[in-house]
Amino acid sequence: MFVPLLVFRNAFRHKLRTTLTIVGIIVAITAFGMLRTIVDAWYAGANASSSARLVTRSSVSLVFSLPLNYAQKIRQVPGITSVGWANWFGGVYITERNFFAQFAISPSYLEMYPEFVLSDAERKAFAADRVGAIAGRKLADKFGWKVGDQIPIRGTIYPGTWTFTLRGIYEGAEEGTDTSTFFFHFDYLNESIKRQFPRRGDQAGVFIEQLRDPDEAAAVSQAIDTTFRNSLAETLTETEKAFQLGFVAMSEAILLAIQAVSYVVIVIIMAVMANTMAMTARERYGEYATFKALGFSNGFVAMLIFAESLGIAILGGVLGIAFTFPMAEAFASTVGSILSGFQVSEETVAMQFAAAVVIGVVAAAVPAWNAARVRIVDGLRAIG
Amino acid sequence: MSSPAERDTAGHAPAALPPDSEALVSIRDLSKYYVRGDQIIPVLVDIDLDVNAGDFVALMGPSGSGKSTLLNLIAGIDKPSSGHIHVAGVDIARLSDADLALWRAANVGFIFQFYNLMPVLTAFGNVELPLQLTSLSRSERRERVDTALALVGLTDRATHLPNELSGGQQQRVAIARALITDPTLIVADEPTGDLDRTTAGEILGMLERLNDELGKTIIMVTHDPKAAEKAHRLIHLEKGVLVD
Repeated sequence: MFVPLLVFRNAFRHKLRTTLTIVGIIVAITAFGMLRTIVDAWYAGANASSSARLVTRSSVSLVFSLPLNYAQKIRQVPGITSVGWANWFGGVYITERNFFAQFAISPSYLEMYPEFVLSDAERKAFAADRVGAIAGRKLADKFGWKVGDQIPIRGTIYPGTWTFTLRGIYEGAEEGTDTSTFFFHFDYLNESIKRQFPRRGDQAGVFIEQLRDPDEAAAVSQAIDTTFRNSLAETLTETEKAFQLGFVAMSEAILLAIQAVSYVVIVIIMAVMANTMAMTARERYGEYATFKALGFSNGFVAMLIFAESLGIAILGGVLGIAFTFPMAEAFASTVGSILSGFQVSEETVAMQFAAAVVIGVVAAAVPAWNAARVRIVDGLRAIG
Repeated sequence: MSSPAERDTAGHAPAALPPDSEALVSIRDLSKYYVRGDQIIPVLVDIDLDVNAGDFVALMGPSGSGKSTLLNLIAGIDKPSSGHIHVAGVDIARLSDADLALWRAANVGFIFQFYNLMPVLTAFGNVELPLQLTSLSRSERRERVDTALALVGLTDRATHLPNELSGGQQQRVAIARALITDPTLIVADEPTGDLDRTTAGEILGMLERLNDELGKTIIMVTHDPKAAEKAHRLIHLEKGVLVD
């Protein structure tokens, strides 16, 4: 108990200094965790995507849709067991701030996404209702939706106000599964559009293909694109992960900057902490010399400094990790569903803890080395 | 621990006088100098000195005469440039830093001018400090610390931090700390230098009792002739040389 007691009392000898240092570490570790979580959220879609699904879109741009009759031809490509399609709706629920993704989906779509867990009753109710919709648990909780609620969404791509009846709330099969998306029937959208704008009907934004064997992804992708080569709407087929990463790539520079900032924050607090520990050790050279005179080793003196530095850094780190969760929650509710997978991962927590340990060790390294090397007679001269 | 060798640290010829096997401290041909740039600054020059067990020796001399340096060398917290320091038969000039630390823990009790107590430890904790390096159990340590604090009359101050004690009380804690391991030798560097005359008298009386009643060998550096009067033997140093 002697060493822990000594380290604890030494650490809090200058309460203000230590408190400010801990506050600094809390801020740095929380900021590090938040920035890492933002980056993770960006990649969440890609990480949660299946390797057994392909996405086919217009080779020109995602903005251009593809003829719906492509589904028949795609279904005939060897290696594909199922084909679905979806259209981005891009509507507004009450105000623009309430952003969330809405897709008009084909009947086969949900079967291809087993990660969206829906009860049989809800699935049937959704299938039976032309204006029915389903929403993820996170989204439903956010707006307080219940099954049976009428949800009006103002179209921005497809004009008018579209009112849906919520027929089900799906859960995520895994922790990383996105539960902040809204789905409704493609047929409802398609038929309505065909009535208003006949030339815009029977068009799908993307086709989704279920592969028999994920190892055949490259060959099947090539086969699909070959099928539509030299047509009016050529296709680009890629794995779902590659498709998702395509979105991430659009923001790659920002992500790199965020990642860089997250590490810079750690380096800054490391420098601040190192300065604090250097100051602390310098003030105590006389005490360290006394310890040595009494027979304690150089290693003991170095250990005291390392233990104090690590103690402060880990305390700040643990508090910083604890603060990250409510901060992340507050951030997620502020940004809405823009970053649907916004949750602090175990990996981020581990990185935060590791960062705190590194801060503690690095900050103590030079002061501990100097204190261990200080000659007893020189250290004793510092007293008086 | 290294065994004594018949050559000095600089590889010079053996000392003219052999170490006195009867003496507790036997110093032969001891020199200490500092090198500053091209200059060699001698601090102690060819010192020969014997201190017997149970002696109370006062080292006196003007500032810069080398008395504190000599005390530091005897206590094993500094290393000589050349020569031998035998304490209870061990040539401490030959010991490695790690061995010297172990040797100090077992053989030397320190009393400093400014007490050098750990500010975050209570009087009890400070006195117990040297015992942390021993294999004694917690209860054994407690028993010893209680005895040492009673000896210096501070039983009722055991839970006080140094800043809650007067200068004289702090020095008494330091004396208890110096005694706690029952060391071969107690070294005191200006133990009354920071105290008023009355308190200084009490501290010197305490050192005297340690010497008379417990038979402790004490080597004390002092500027104060009144403090030196308490010692059995006075040793004068001037410009790094012993003078009678």
